[in-house]
Amino acid sequence: MIIEHPLLGPRDAAEFVYLGDASLLDRPDWQAEDAAERFYEYGYLRDNPAGQHQELWYHEQGDRSWLVVTRNTVSHEITKVELARDVARERGRARGRDT
Amino acid sequence: MKYSAFRILKEGLTGNKGWTPAWRDPDPQEGYDVVVVGGGGHGLSTAYYLSNKFGVRNVAVVEKGWLGGGNIGRNTTIIRSNYMLPGNEPFYELSMKLWEGLEQDTNYNSMVSQRSILNLFHTDGQRDAFVRRANSMFLAGADAELADAAQLRKELPFLDFDNARFPIKGGLFQRRGGTARHDAVAWGYARGADMQGVDLIQNCEVTGFEIENGVCKGVQTTRGAIKAKKVAVCVAGSSSRVMAMAGMRLPIESHVLQAFVSEGLKPVIPGVITFGAGHFYISQSDKGGLVFGGDIDGYNSYAQRGNLPVVEDVCEGGMAIMPMIGRARLLRSWGGIMDMSMDGSPFIDKTHIDGLYFNGGWCYGGFKATPASGYCYAHLLATDEPHEVATELRLDRFKRGHMIDEKGSGNQPNLH
Repeated sequence: MIIEHPLLGPRDAAEFVYLGDASLLDRPDWQAEDAAERFYEYGYLRDNPAGQHQELWYHEQGDRSWLVVTRNTVSHEITKVELARDVARERGRARGRDT
Repeated sequence: MKYSAFRILKEGLTGNKGWTPAWRDPDPQEGYDVVVVGGGGHGLSTAYYLSNKFGVRNVAVVEKGWLGGGNIGRNTTIIRSNYMLPGNEPFYELSMKLWEGLEQDTNYNSMVSQRSILNLFHTDGQRDAFVRRANSMFLAGADAELADAAQLRKELPFLDFDNARFPIKGGLFQRRGGTARHDAVAWGYARGADMQGVDLIQNCEVTGFEIENGVCKGVQTTRGAIKAKKVAVCVAGSSSRVMAMAGMRLPIESHVLQAFVSEGLKPVIPGVITFGAGHFYISQSDKGGLVFGGDIDGYNSYAQRGNLPVVEDVCEGGMAIMPMIGRARLLRSWGGIMDMSMDGSPFIDKTHIDGLYFNGGWCYGGFKATPASGYCYAHLLATDEPHEVATELRLDRFKRGHMIDEKGSGNQPNLH
């Protein structure tokens, strides 16, 4: 697979380390009433879809950026690659803010 | 029809006209006591033990494609019980014992060959870990034998003992481990279940579950609705997709694992050899092909095919430990979809929905578990109590903090 890195252009997937579902960006609020349940779901349960999947790849043998790759798990076709930083910001997360 | 040497002789002398199909091809009935979803190794084994050992005969197995068309047809046929943790090892040892009696049990030649399995080690620390594992295996009644480099040089002279990065210091044998003929395992269980009246329904995909007020009352399929007192899902590789129809999310990711077969060679490798440090394992089939594999590709996939970097990685591992195979030509390679669970261990459990049961999460170790998986699942379905060796294989173990993590790598499925 070739991952179209937003900054570096096309890179071999072998340069990356795979973490998993991009829902890992959405860490639950540790102060919520149901935090234990939410963290269990966050840590252990996955949608694991057959089809479009947003996932986190880390460019370990490159610029060490985290990417959110939208990839089809049935065909391995990659349709979108974004910097995880940008995705997290779009979701309302920013450095120093705890939500 | 009972298979025997006499039968072969008789059929041979009478033009082989007396053989009948190994199982029927029935249409689905209106309802059953148990509907097993998935006609692979584990599903068929479940149906076999339900009907032959637990007296539950009003059973159907519904299969999307053909019997044994999933991972039981796409593995590297290794059987072993060399695990360590208490939640795992007694289970796999039960499996090993069932393998040893399988052919007599099912009256089917599954070509179980206890040709031994060897795990190589390269450092003192690794040796100590293997000694610990061996002791743990003894506790569960399994066999283990530590061999030093001198003994291995005699038994397996073709290994690269003086490899610069991973010099071989010895290995841990399980002599009772080995291989089995994977398709024949499925066929033997299918035939044995069918003979007890189990309906094996092929080309019958489950499209939904009938769930009312938290009780599962049957399945909807491409061949109509089927009522069931108990629905037993057994579809490793597709577990998340199927259980999503019941509204469940699982502690599982689907990953692709590749495997390879070389052209047929004369006998060169006596047993199964694993080179864990280099992510490589190998055995030689009865037809002479070298059957080998390595790591999973490492990303979510339902594609049943992998990518080239892992092919290269596996072949490098092979060349590192066994340079003699370098000139063997590759005949085939394939990929299978694994249920990679969050701790590398499987599940055989009830769900929170009454009447709906789940078996899955076998990672890349499902084949060796086929007999015990079916046996324990049948036990659970027949008695509503887990079998004593499967009490830890629960769906809620992450919530309770009772992971069975052989490698200690945490909730990262692609590291198990």
